[in-house]
Amino acid sequence: MEGRPKLHYPNGRGRMESIRWALAAAGVEFDEEFLETKEQLQKLQNDKHLLFQQVPMVEIDGMKLVQTRSILHYIAEKHHLFGNNLKEKTLIDMYVEGILDLLEMIIMHPFLKPDDQQKEVVSMTEKAVVRYFPVFEKILRDHGQTFLVGNQLSLADVILLQTILALEEKVPDILSAFPHLQEFSVKISNVPTIKRFLEPGSKKKPPPDDIYVRSVYAIFAP
Amino acid sequence: MAGKPKLHYFNGRGRMESTRWLLAAAGVEFEEKFIETPEDLENLQHDGSLMFQQVPMVEIDGMKLVQTRAILNYIATKYNLYGKDIKERALIDMYIEGVADLSELILHLVICPPGEKDAKLALIKERTTTRYFPAYEKVLKSHGQDYLVGNKLSRADIHLVELLYYVEEIDSSLIANFPLLKALKARVSNLPTVKKFLQPGSQRKPPMDEKSFEKAKKIFKIK
Repeated sequence: MEGRPKLHYPNGRGRMESIRWALAAAGVEFDEEFLETKEQLQKLQNDKHLLFQQVPMVEIDGMKLVQTRSILHYIAEKHHLFGNNLKEKTLIDMYVEGILDLLEMIIMHPFLKPDDQQKEVVSMTEKAVVRYFPVFEKILRDHGQTFLVGNQLSLADVILLQTILALEEKVPDILSAFPHLQEFSVKISNVPTIKRFLEPGSKKKPPPDDIYVRSVYAIFAP
Repeated sequence: MAGKPKLHYFNGRGRMESTRWLLAAAGVEFEEKFIETPEDLENLQHDGSLMFQQVPMVEIDGMKLVQTRAILNYIATKYNLYGKDIKERALIDMYIEGVADLSELILHLVICPPGEKDAKLALIKERTTTRYFPAYEKVLKSHGQDYLVGNKLSRADIHLVELLYYVEEIDSSLIANFPLLKALKARVSNLPTVKKFLQPGSQRKPPMDEKSFEKAKKIFKIK
């Protein structure tokens, strides 16, 4: 019998947030052990719990999984968020990989020099609005379905919603030219498991602030 | 009816080389259409072939696949190089993501400014010998089998061995203390399909030189 997954990461979004989203969307309850000090990270490393000495790490089904994509794929496959066949899985893969490129900019943003942060918001917005959003707007418009792939919730919907909401925190009208994405955002937010995750008191983490950034430097700086 | 996969990229390793290795190791013949000028790339972008306006792109089985990982995942699944169940896939994914992280550092070495090269090189060597090689050596030691996962050749072995060749190009002494990695490299290199790919005249690409770097920068509009 396997217990709940256990997430090892600082108490903030970073690279673990997509995993929290995926587990939540799949209706999987999980525990978190927050990294607060360098000593805690070193203990995980010295006890050989981290394959590449890095977090995220998720204890799940008897494994200590590391590497964000490995964890996301495992959750998606286990909980039917990866389509019904190879072609659907491949579309989901392509969409997720594209969105993760955009999400990477969001993840790195708090760690840029303050002078560069505003420039980067402009750059992220441009990428979102020129390269990524039009693709998903067209997909939704062309098939007229609620979900991106195969008429059912998949990892692609979850990660896209995560990214849209994160960008809206910085640029509230970022979806203004994308009516189908606006509708998508509302519909996916109303999927019961996701709705619960979006309510106060859930394990969804707040936007990164100075305290979070400082704690990350304290834990991970050599 | 599906013809041979067709790879769209510039004539160099970059982000397409792992796909060339995987197809070759799987014994799959493929064609290449090289992007030689900025106009070639623009044409691909304008005719809607590139989902996110980027290459690599691989035409395969009626699809125009983009995003390196999506391409590799499809090929690996199709040719049974992705493990036999979800747990093997999780292990393979972990191992290949580690390979991808180190490969990314090596990829960036090519494009990094001369002043930063020494520091980057030192980081690569350190990560190789203290983080990545020990991890893979330990995996091989733990089960004593010929391959990383499931006692069977998988994409994990192919991607890792490809990386071992790049590390060798940087510094052939780095693998010295990792006997099982050396054995894996030799074993995979001797598979008939891989052996063929390693010979001159194959579609394997050489390290980037100054001239092809300048050409790539022009195509991708990198300063």
